[in-house]
Amino acid sequence: MSRMAATRDGYGEALLALADNPKVVVLEADLGKSTKSLHFRKAHPERTVSCGIGEQNMLLVGAGLASSGYIPFASTFAIFTERAFEQMRNGVARPNLAVHLCGSHGGTHTGTDGSSAQSIEDLAIYRTLPNVVVMHPCDDISTKALTMQLPGLGSPSYMRTARNKTPVLYDGKENEIQIGKGVVLSEGNDVAIIACGVLVHEAMDAANMLKDEGINATVVDMHTIKPLDTELLDNLAKQCGAFVTAEDHSVIGGLGGAVAEHLVSSHPVPMEKIGVPDRFGESAGSEEMLEMMGLKSHHIVEAAKKAIARKV
Amino acid sequence: MTGMSISELEDMARKCRIEIVKMTHRAQAGHPGGSLSEIDILCALYGHRLRAKPEQPDWEDRDRFVLSKGHASPGMYAVLAEMGFINHEDLKSYRVKGGVCQGHVDMKWCPGVDFSAGSLGMGLSFGMGCAVAAKIDGSNRNAYVMVGDGEIQEGSIWEAAMAAAHHELGNLKLFLDCNGIQNDDFCEAQMRMFDIPAKWSSFGWAVKVIDGHNMQEIVSAIDWMDTITGQPAVVIAQTVKGKGVSFMENNPAFHGAAPSDEQLAQALSELGVSA
Repeated sequence: MSRMAATRDGYGEALLALADNPKVVVLEADLGKSTKSLHFRKAHPERTVSCGIGEQNMLLVGAGLASSGYIPFASTFAIFTERAFEQMRNGVARPNLAVHLCGSHGGTHTGTDGSSAQSIEDLAIYRTLPNVVVMHPCDDISTKALTMQLPGLGSPSYMRTARNKTPVLYDGKENEIQIGKGVVLSEGNDVAIIACGVLVHEAMDAANMLKDEGINATVVDMHTIKPLDTELLDNLAKQCGAFVTAEDHSVIGGLGGAVAEHLVSSHPVPMEKIGVPDRFGESAGSEEMLEMMGLKSHHIVEAAKKAIARKV
Repeated sequence: MTGMSISELEDMARKCRIEIVKMTHRAQAGHPGGSLSEIDILCALYGHRLRAKPEQPDWEDRDRFVLSKGHASPGMYAVLAEMGFINHEDLKSYRVKGGVCQGHVDMKWCPGVDFSAGSLGMGLSFGMGCAVAAKIDGSNRNAYVMVGDGEIQEGSIWEAAMAAAHHELGNLKLFLDCNGIQNDDFCEAQMRMFDIPAKWSSFGWAVKVIDGHNMQEIVSAIDWMDTITGQPAVVIAQTVKGKGVSFMENNPAFHGAAPSDEQLAQALSELGVSA
């Protein structure tokens, strides 16, 4: 049994590790205990700005700090970042100010808090903004690794983290993580499963189940949704000839949308999308939600077979 | 960039008013009314107080000025030209493809602009970020912000008002251009704001109410802002939309409408330009 951890813990660890850079500042909107920026706040209160329950203000305070040479990390729940979308659009992305926004508790995996808390559209909306890098890592190690790279990015970013624990995939392998580069976790020539976030380990389980049936799948952790690793996708289109995307996010506009947009104009091949159907969630446990929304490994297996069957 | 006399500031404001009507006439678009209401304050701020270097607009330790009511950009462009951040020739690029004078002030396009404006209710938060940065830096630089009165109908303004007072940002200075008119109509008709000074005072701000067209009062208010250290300060300026051009004054039609050829001639005549 692999170690279990939540991606938000990787974010909190990274902020603390980044504190050696005196330009790093942290912004909170009353959820530092949840997003895990609290570790930074305890160690460096003089570089932590409490914005109260005011996300719109927080984003632009971040923009002002960034314009003055600081590297702001702002976090709240993924769903609450969305009420500051226009601030992110006009005040951060448009002038390309490197504010790093983290939305924790994303996806239906958030669970029993119910549909109001389960952001299923964050990756889609932030992906539409020029200059913004969009990430959704799958474990604490890769979350920490990606966050540690953000001060060198020079442009704004949005990262979704998750509330609940999932199996850790990258223990001792943090050097494999690079913004904008998908990670091939498993190699096979029959189908490529492109996953992000909490569905990466479901994709790995699916690949093992497919192997038992004689089907060899490539599994990619596409932790960066924008910029998308199109070189890898093009190679996999030639190698596998069929795709499945898997995300705890609406089937509209997220990882599946991004992959489809690219493939349709480069290597049109059969593709199936695993994601939240066009509906809202409800209160249930994390695993129950994944089952209800059709996001479990067995759903991915069925989608893979369907995509393979569609090959000409 | 300090030390201009009252009469010099008044003359600068008159020249800027001429540029405002010319720019909006040339573009046949834009927002003359709010530019004319804010212009005396902008001239006083730049000519009397703001620590900035036109020859080095990105000087790190400059005071920041955030024009949150970014549609009133002709006023700011006119001041930037007077101060030497841009050339007077640049004013012809207002709303023209590739021009430094974008429709709304934009830090990526125009030297001397510290904030990319456009959506109301955003600049005070941005200015707060600049003020926090100065505080962490241990610098005595200030962040000045200007918002309109209609603009404070945006809820995010009050998020920023509360946060700035909580953080005791004595280096954050706000001008409220109370010209009484917003896009569709008089503010009184659109959304009554009741006792505006009391609102800011209750949010923990130091408050001063002035005549926003009396240069001596404006200069004194800017000096008063310097004396406020443990809390943010707001100067609530009673202004007249379209001030200085008779047919634009207090006329909602000139919030976002350009003068015609005839109206330009009349405006220039009223501003002391001979035909």
